[in-house]
Amino acid sequence: MSFYILKRLLVAIPVLLFLIVFTFVLMYAAPGSPFASERGIPPAVLANLQAQYGLDQPFHIQIWRYLVALVTEFDFGPSFIYRDQDVNSLIAQGFPVTLTYGFWSFVVAVLVGGALGILAAVRHNTWLDYLAVGVSIGAQVLPNFVLAPILVLTFTLWLGWLPGGGWQGGQWQFVVLPVIALSTSYMASIARIARASMLEVLTSNYIRTARAKGLPARRVILRHALKPALLPVISYLGPAFVGMITGSVVIDIYFSTGGIGQFFVASALNRDYGVMMGITILLGALTILFNLLVDVLYAWIDPKIRY
Amino acid sequence: MFATKSVADDLATAPLKGRSLWADARARFFHNRAAVTGLIVLIAVACFAIMGPFIAPWNNEDIDWNVLGNVQTGGRPSLETGHWFGTDALGRDLFARTVQGTQISLLVGIVGALISVIVGTLYGAVAGYFGGRIDNVMMRVVDVLMSIPYMFVLILLLVVFGRSLFMLFVGIGLVSWLDMARIARGQTLTLKGKAYIEAARATGVRPFTIILRHIIPNLLGVVIVYATLLVPSMIIYESFISFLGLGVQEPLTSWGALINDGAAEMTNGTLWMLTWPLLFFVITLFGFFFVGDGLRDALDPKDR
Repeated sequence: MSFYILKRLLVAIPVLLFLIVFTFVLMYAAPGSPFASERGIPPAVLANLQAQYGLDQPFHIQIWRYLVALVTEFDFGPSFIYRDQDVNSLIAQGFPVTLTYGFWSFVVAVLVGGALGILAAVRHNTWLDYLAVGVSIGAQVLPNFVLAPILVLTFTLWLGWLPGGGWQGGQWQFVVLPVIALSTSYMASIARIARASMLEVLTSNYIRTARAKGLPARRVILRHALKPALLPVISYLGPAFVGMITGSVVIDIYFSTGGIGQFFVASALNRDYGVMMGITILLGALTILFNLLVDVLYAWIDPKIRY
Repeated sequence: MFATKSVADDLATAPLKGRSLWADARARFFHNRAAVTGLIVLIAVACFAIMGPFIAPWNNEDIDWNVLGNVQTGGRPSLETGHWFGTDALGRDLFARTVQGTQISLLVGIVGALISVIVGTLYGAVAGYFGGRIDNVMMRVVDVLMSIPYMFVLILLLVVFGRSLFMLFVGIGLVSWLDMARIARGQTLTLKGKAYIEAARATGVRPFTIILRHIIPNLLGVVIVYATLLVPSMIIYESFISFLGLGVQEPLTSWGALINDGAAEMTNGTLWMLTWPLLFFVITLFGFFFVGDGLRDALDPKDR
């Protein structure tokens, strides 16, 4: 097992390196200097500015410095727009927020979606099953950026129950709508996947055997059927995680939660290359790490995978 | 359930005649009520996108100066002013803008699906057919590309190289084929062992001819199903980008941009700006999902 983890780690490192280099090259190739918008800068000042950020150096020195700073001290470099802030301080500001609602969304999606799917399969062709299928079909056409305005319209403007934006240090009222908006479509996908695989498992021979030898239904489902039925759900966790990270951009913009996505889009619109690069690399690294975790979890649960 | 039963009845009464695989699938598809409804909705939306510009009294960029300043009352959907869907916050006709947004969104969805069908199928078929080290390297590349949060890379591309429809297609083309490549590879692996492939190989047909003439036609069923389900997710990607304000540029628009604009004006009592584009978005996605499911039921050999 530990050899398998090591092997996966050794694959993850070049991927991460590839992402960093790719992002850096993209930023390097970008037309115009980050200071181009400020017209009327005397050439001497511009040269000084570029020297201060190390932009006067040749490409290989720039990328080497960036990599070294990143690897040795987790330094994502400066922001080219906000002179008094660097990327690390922006991440420190936004990341706890993103993590809070991201964590809850993930929990809700996996637990509610998983439970709904399993229940629907166990109670196949009852109202519960139809409800689960209906919900998951409906949620398919409501991605977070469509659901968010509908939620605000309903719960803030019409019912007035919950605030339509803000964060306030993460009080629960401010977390509910972002979590619903972010988790719903993934919850639906997980429910669909869990239902389909549970249905398949429940018709398999060993489950029939377990029933035939008189095991109580609860034990058959929890002990024998659940584990293999959850395998497809686990392999979906990776894509779901990527989707939620991406969706956090919408949540931050729509609900003004002040998470990391807000800085990303602001930096994209301002052409603040330092921040864009930093956030892309951070989220890329997180995704790669998470996929690694999912792979390990999968290998641990599925006896068919040899490592 | 009902569909297959009635098909069986039809077949029992019909005179004996050879049925091809596709005719069989077609019959199954047209007996699926949800799928047929979805197909009708999609045809209607396509007609809306194609005919819309010819029947709209306004175009998508002209500002109706009579409405500007009192959009809440003057910009309401009405038959008299010719603004059938109302106007947007700037007094531009929402019907014309929805038509135009529909065109862009459908175009993005279809181009994305096409790229995925062409690139992904070939890539997966080649990887699966040759197997061994080639397969290993090719699929590792897919794994690497899949583990990157492509949306951020796409946004990076759009910012660095400028926003344009072309860049949007490049970005969507970069990611859309990955899943398809995996699916095509898996199917190819099962096809590879079939006797007719072996026969082709034994008679000395070259590998690429085998892939093009024997493997890919047999992949088509799965590929078509997946491509139909891919169109809505491409539409969602594009709408997401547009929602962030990084999609196509004004005066061009798309569903995501229209939904974003409508949502921004929500508090002003001009709900039609949100509901019209949202309606088209939702019914089109439903249409594609139902048609995709119907096709899967019709073509999936597993259910036979």
